[in-house]
Amino acid sequence: MTQNITDIMVDIKINGKDYHVSSKFTILEASKLAHVKIPTLCKHEDLPPTANCGICVVKVKGNRKLIRACCTYVEDGMDITTHDGELYEVRKNVLELILSTHPFYCFTCLRNGNCELQKLAEEFGIRSVPYNPLVKGNKPDTSTKAVVMDSQKCIGCGRCVEVCQEIQQVHALEFLDRGFNSRIAPAGDIQLAESPCIKCGQCSAHCPVGAIVEFSQANQVWLTLRDEAVYPVVQIAPAVRVALGEGFGLEPGEILTEKMYAFFRRIGFKAIFDTNFGADLTIMEEGSEFLERFLHGKGNLPLITSCCPAWVDFLEKYYPDLIEYFSTAKSPHEMVGAMTKTYYAQKMGIDPSKIFMLSVMPCTAKKYEIARTSDMKSSGYQDVDVSITTRELVRMIKTSGVDILQLEGEKADSILGSYTGAGTIFGATGGVMEAAIRTAYALVTGKALENIEIEAVRGLKGVKRAEIDMNGKKVRIAVAHGIGNVRAVCEELRDCKKTGKPMPYDFIEVMACEGGCIAGGGQPYQVTNKIRTKRSKGLYNDDKQSTFRCSHENKEVQKLYEEFLGKPLSQKSHQYLHTKYVPRPLYYK
Amino acid sequence: METQQIAQLDKRLLDFINEWKGKKGKEIMILHKVQEIYGFLLRALAMEVSRLIDLPLAKIYGIITFYHIFKLKKPGKYQISVCMGTACYLKGGNDIISELENILGIGVNCVTEDGKFSVEVVRCVGCCGLAPVMIIHGKTYGNLKKGDLPKILGEYGESVLLDKENHV
Repeated sequence: MTQNITDIMVDIKINGKDYHVSSKFTILEASKLAHVKIPTLCKHEDLPPTANCGICVVKVKGNRKLIRACCTYVEDGMDITTHDGELYEVRKNVLELILSTHPFYCFTCLRNGNCELQKLAEEFGIRSVPYNPLVKGNKPDTSTKAVVMDSQKCIGCGRCVEVCQEIQQVHALEFLDRGFNSRIAPAGDIQLAESPCIKCGQCSAHCPVGAIVEFSQANQVWLTLRDEAVYPVVQIAPAVRVALGEGFGLEPGEILTEKMYAFFRRIGFKAIFDTNFGADLTIMEEGSEFLERFLHGKGNLPLITSCCPAWVDFLEKYYPDLIEYFSTAKSPHEMVGAMTKTYYAQKMGIDPSKIFMLSVMPCTAKKYEIARTSDMKSSGYQDVDVSITTRELVRMIKTSGVDILQLEGEKADSILGSYTGAGTIFGATGGVMEAAIRTAYALVTGKALENIEIEAVRGLKGVKRAEIDMNGKKVRIAVAHGIGNVRAVCEELRDCKKTGKPMPYDFIEVMACEGGCIAGGGQPYQVTNKIRTKRSKGLYNDDKQSTFRCSHENKEVQKLYEEFLGKPLSQKSHQYLHTKYVPRPLYYK
Repeated sequence: METQQIAQLDKRLLDFINEWKGKKGKEIMILHKVQEIYGFLLRALAMEVSRLIDLPLAKIYGIITFYHIFKLKKPGKYQISVCMGTACYLKGGNDIISELENILGIGVNCVTEDGKFSVEVVRCVGCCGLAPVMIIHGKTYGNLKKGDLPKILGEYGESVLLDKENHV
């Protein structure tokens, strides 16, 4: 909202009781103080209000019209009624009208059990809908193989448009047409894969119903597990372990690493690896790449991290002129996949064509990344065969019947399973940078950082800038998350490149989702900044408790270099662990 | 969908864009100009405008699909506008639409294969006394009956009609 609201304390009445609140509160926010729940549907706590649905209406004394609580600020003397018989009827009518345009096959919907519309229908005691059903829309768009858009289920709340345009500034989605024909789609009703969509999946994480969901592959995993000829291997991303518990009633940030390992062994995986190992390996490659560029002038600065596939897609589409600054290092799960099907397969004498590599990611774009280019087949077979999101894992655990919370924790397998604290913080914004600095500093100065926790790159500020002193040489760093914030940094770089001005940074970390992977597009629903902070805290605690907190101290990573890769950026490393980028059009149609 | 490249934008449009760039409400003004010059909003044109005024294509499509006045497809040589204002609606505007569909083989917002006719629906054209009303190429036809249509259309494209009649 563009309104400038002065922050003063005002006196209001909610349901007859007096409250003293800040004038920066909306009626909806103030109602929480009164411990009443005004129903909402289009409003997501993480997003500004769009006032599309009208279910949050309340009565304000002296006002003839009903007022929307989500977008109305409290004013001194306001006398608000949040619930009465008439409001119930009005809201119920709004709900009935929405339901009349929504298909009734909840049983087969991915959101069955955690759909916000379903929940409201339950709370309102809807037993029938008095209007003729008028469901519109086309068959689901599965073109991206990352997110699926089912326009029939869309209720037009606009959260996806809000997050796609305002937060991510990708502008893949927009409201087209008007009135009853109004719909959310890419420009010109093309398929998502032909649009600028970067597959970040934030639309799916914010959708209240099943209109935009991840491209679910859990069934494919179950089927593969039944094939005895296959050697199933799994790896789990850092951010998954601090959010998975939310699917089972735990607080955000509670760590389930060892229980996850045990679960995967229980359902038949023969090797349990950890993407955190890949994160440590990425730091060795990317950190060395940075030092090559920074100390020896081999390549251009700034170096920009490339672990985030939505960000890679965004750069290739929106800023192809900046490709030269991109790290060529593959992302951690690709690295683990590549090493599993080459090094590990050789070591264990397993035919790489029989290995099924599953990665569990907080991310929908990873589903796209695994087949992004032909580089993603180091062994001749796809590095990662299937990538599922945290949400899919929650469902898989429920399907399996395993009570994960009661499982005894187990260890990951050697050799691609151990990780350092630096690897685990990869999942939070600033984590990759912090891990890289820890190792780069040690490699340059020969000693460890005095304070290994780099506060300047932590937290939820959109763009974090800092300078790190390395043996008298200053490294200027920037950390950006949420593509909207990233754009500002890209514009700075583009401007410098055009005008020949010196670059403002040496090293830049980018994550497409706000807060980093811990709030990725494949993570459990209802994310807010509060939850982002809790999940990050979980990762930072994991780091704190680690014996080794720098990637180069990872004994198994060291062994991998000794036995197989040689040294970072070696010819073998380049062959297996690096990739290239190509400019792509915003629109394919 | 037409994606052919626009070799060179019309100079009148470029001048207009330069004049309006940076001003409030530029999007609608510029899109009107595109339609005025080219007759409709070819996708490649919309993309070019998107690039020139730094406005995402999705936003442009939001605008041009919201307002009826913008056309995404090349209209026929003779645009048939059928009024669906309240009076025309009540007096059988829908019958006119379905009869046109029968005769021309196209629905609303479509163009005949030979590019001769296109059909659109408009809201009240301001002569409710003549309801139901349609306008073809600037000429108004009032007090319409279904049976009048073949003759009226005949004024514009006999050959098409004869073909159609043979089909039936």
